[in-house]
Amino acid sequence: MKNKKNDQVKKTMCALLLLSMTAFCGCGSAEKGVNGQVIVYNWGEYIDPETIRMFEEEYGIKVIYDEFETNESMYPKVESGAVAYDIACPSDYMISRMIQNGMLSELDFSKMPNVKKNIGAQYFEQSKGFDPDNKYAVPYCWGTVGILYNKTMVEEPITRWEQLWDEKYADNILMQDSVRDAFMVAEKLNGNSMNTLDPEELEAAKDLLIEQKPLIQAYVVDQVRDKMIGAEAAIGVIYSGEAIYTQRENPDLVYVIPEEGTNVWIDSWVILKNAPNKENAEKFIDFMCREDIALMNFDYITYSTPNEAARALIEDEAVRNSEIAFPDLSLYDNLETYVYLGEEGDSLYNELWKEVKAY
Amino acid sequence: MTSKSKWLSAPYLLWSAVFIIIPLCMVFYYGLTDKTGAFTLDNIIAITTAGHAKSLRLALLLSLASTIVCFLLAYPLAMILANMKVKRHNFIILIFILPMWMNFLLRTLAWQTLLEKNGVINHVLSFFHLPALKIINTPAAIILGMVYNFLPFMILPLYNALAKIDTNVINAAHDLGANHFYTLTRIILPLSIPGIISGITMVFIPALTTFVISSLLGGGKLLLIGDVIEQEFTRMSNWHLGSGLSMVLMIFILINMILSSIFDKEGEGSML
Amino acid sequence: MKSVMKKIYIALIILFLYAPIGTLIVLSFNASKTRAKWGGFTFRWYVSLFQNEEILRALFNTLLIAFLSSFAATVIGTVACIAMMAMKRRTKSILMGITNIPMLNADIVTGISLMLLYISLGIRFGIGTILLSHITFNIPYVILSVMPRVRQLNISTYEAALDLGASHVNAFFKVVFPDLLPGILSGFLMAFTMSLDDFIITHFTKGVGVDTLSTKIYTEIKKGIKPEMYALSALIFITVLTLLVLINLSPTDKNKKRSE
Repeated sequence: MKNKKNDQVKKTMCALLLLSMTAFCGCGSAEKGVNGQVIVYNWGEYIDPETIRMFEEEYGIKVIYDEFETNESMYPKVESGAVAYDIACPSDYMISRMIQNGMLSELDFSKMPNVKKNIGAQYFEQSKGFDPDNKYAVPYCWGTVGILYNKTMVEEPITRWEQLWDEKYADNILMQDSVRDAFMVAEKLNGNSMNTLDPEELEAAKDLLIEQKPLIQAYVVDQVRDKMIGAEAAIGVIYSGEAIYTQRENPDLVYVIPEEGTNVWIDSWVILKNAPNKENAEKFIDFMCREDIALMNFDYITYSTPNEAARALIEDEAVRNSEIAFPDLSLYDNLETYVYLGEEGDSLYNELWKEVKAY
Repeated sequence: MTSKSKWLSAPYLLWSAVFIIIPLCMVFYYGLTDKTGAFTLDNIIAITTAGHAKSLRLALLLSLASTIVCFLLAYPLAMILANMKVKRHNFIILIFILPMWMNFLLRTLAWQTLLEKNGVINHVLSFFHLPALKIINTPAAIILGMVYNFLPFMILPLYNALAKIDTNVINAAHDLGANHFYTLTRIILPLSIPGIISGITMVFIPALTTFVISSLLGGGKLLLIGDVIEQEFTRMSNWHLGSGLSMVLMIFILINMILSSIFDKEGEGSML
Repeated sequence: MKSVMKKIYIALIILFLYAPIGTLIVLSFNASKTRAKWGGFTFRWYVSLFQNEEILRALFNTLLIAFLSSFAATVIGTVACIAMMAMKRRTKSILMGITNIPMLNADIVTGISLMLLYISLGIRFGIGTILLSHITFNIPYVILSVMPRVRQLNISTYEAALDLGASHVNAFFKVVFPDLLPGILSGFLMAFTMSLDDFIITHFTKGVGVDTLSTKIYTEIKKGIKPEMYALSALIFITVLTLLVLINLSPTDKNKKRSE
């Protein structure tokens, strides 16, 4: 009698365990459109959802859309193969890392006529920093890193990185809380390359950042936007894509590209090596480069588009010719794009940055 | 009973073997190897470098401070609640759990909105012509964030332990001439030790490993060991160093566990 | 006088815990998209919330995962507690030590190691993998809240029930279960709460296109958190609070009190 009961309970337990372990594993999202699917991995809030719906309608391809929050949290997910993504949208230095590790597939531009037709040639030129033969990346959004300042809170216009070391603005400066952007500022101020691996130059940059630390109100990443709108600080280091939005919310804010030069960053579409739906991926990228679609995305996310045809369609002349959204890059001779520094280079930067942060 | 317990515990044993032990072994594997896969202790010794040691010290200090503040705030509260003799145990628990149903990130951002220079609290203060509160981007703000997020973990076990104390015991102590202070230190405190231990564990350990709070409320100027580990994984892609440093943290967790087993003879504190 | 002081103290603590929530509710009516500026009063976000399919689907996923994972964790955890009761002290403390690990380990470590585990087991990423992970980190909370109740159990009542002819299952549900219920309920509640709030473990173990509210909120950081999220949080909060108050005022309770 007792054994029988035991058996019953035992069976129930096993069943429960099996159920919980396996039953739920099968219910991924597998429904496909008429012509299959395409799996896209992009930054959060980095596309107008309407454009995805239009693509699905026009091509009968189901888009499975997934979002990441940093290049670094995207990389291990793609590398591990946990999900076989078709397309991703990483930044420059991460693309060069993915190229080096053989994670990307070469693009066939003949299947994507809109790319070369609409994307400005200078952006491909700029991309050569991380994709030397322009074989892997199609620019999607780009911008500069610059200074946003509140003109009611400063005594003279801010035009140089140097002014971030001015004691007048103690406790009124917001610095980027990311290793490459912080070091970029210091290295540009020292007149060095922001991709330098020279130990002396790096040490000098580190000392400069430590010297600046007492003046900093906070190291922030995305908070700089809200804090500048709320006039929490006078000066902040910010991505140009945020500048238009912040100015709309607070007209006292001014964005400048510092005279010492800065970083030009480009987020680009890439197709992954093991992409299961390569043809659909090409159609998707081509669709995203169509001028009307690129315009919709520009309106939605306000980050500068490399799509010249789309820019020509912008109705508001002030925006179309905006110095912030579309600066003339040829006017600056000290702009650079981040390059992947290799594992050793990365950890060198990281060690120095930790010394600054823990100082 | 013993033979039965063997298969009753089977599901959990199997579960913890697959989902707890194996992942833990992976942490050990990463922590004890370098990028080429060769054995090394460098990732653990790395804690002694100036930056890491400082961030560990700071994390210990801040989490200790917030544990103490939590305890001082929660103990009187738990005593009041326990004496109210509310029948609805779960109602009280829910009142203190409910704030956690709002997303952690949103809540911490809300504190930023409250504490900032031009924030809500300073607007209220200036309305009453009081001096402004300047704690945003300081260690005090981090402690506040920790206390806010982990206070429920202190209140609940304390409340649970205190509610279980038989009022007759306390009455007897009073009848025998003990004053309030004497009753508190000699009767109530010792009887609530299991609750105190589990409360301290539940606050101290998460506070020690936390990371978002320090960057949102501390202005990123104070680097805690939790931030270092998180960044090794998410921004710097050095899983080996991240794992090695979390193994160091596990030592503190181990110390905490040993201490609690010494003070809590019953074996385990009551969480809720 | 003393009781007034006590009430003030409770009120202050509750104010402390609920101040940020009040802030979020206020922000949900803010016409401006940024949290830094008050742009006037609006109901717009509540309207657009219900038109936003993605947020609603994320809400559904979140609730589904929270409910299923805390339910499974409650079953496994409760059974484990009963099993541990009969164990030797040493075995028991080792098992309790293991139980504490996922709660104490950094989330990111748990998340990445679980991801690697699923890959090596060849499990397809989807809602299933999120569920497995959530069950894993939920079990400790259940065990920690059921365990004290198990320790207070009086085994002789269970044995008496058996002697009186009740089956094991019957005796368990009639005699043991009611004693454990408060612990089980609070364990379930705690697990549910932890599951609702988790981001990092979910991020690394989720399948493509499967989102929970947490993963949506964290990915929104780059472009600023959508006010719809404030609105949704406010709605969730108000709903739960209303339920709580209603339950507390239910007439069955008054009858019970009278009979006592």
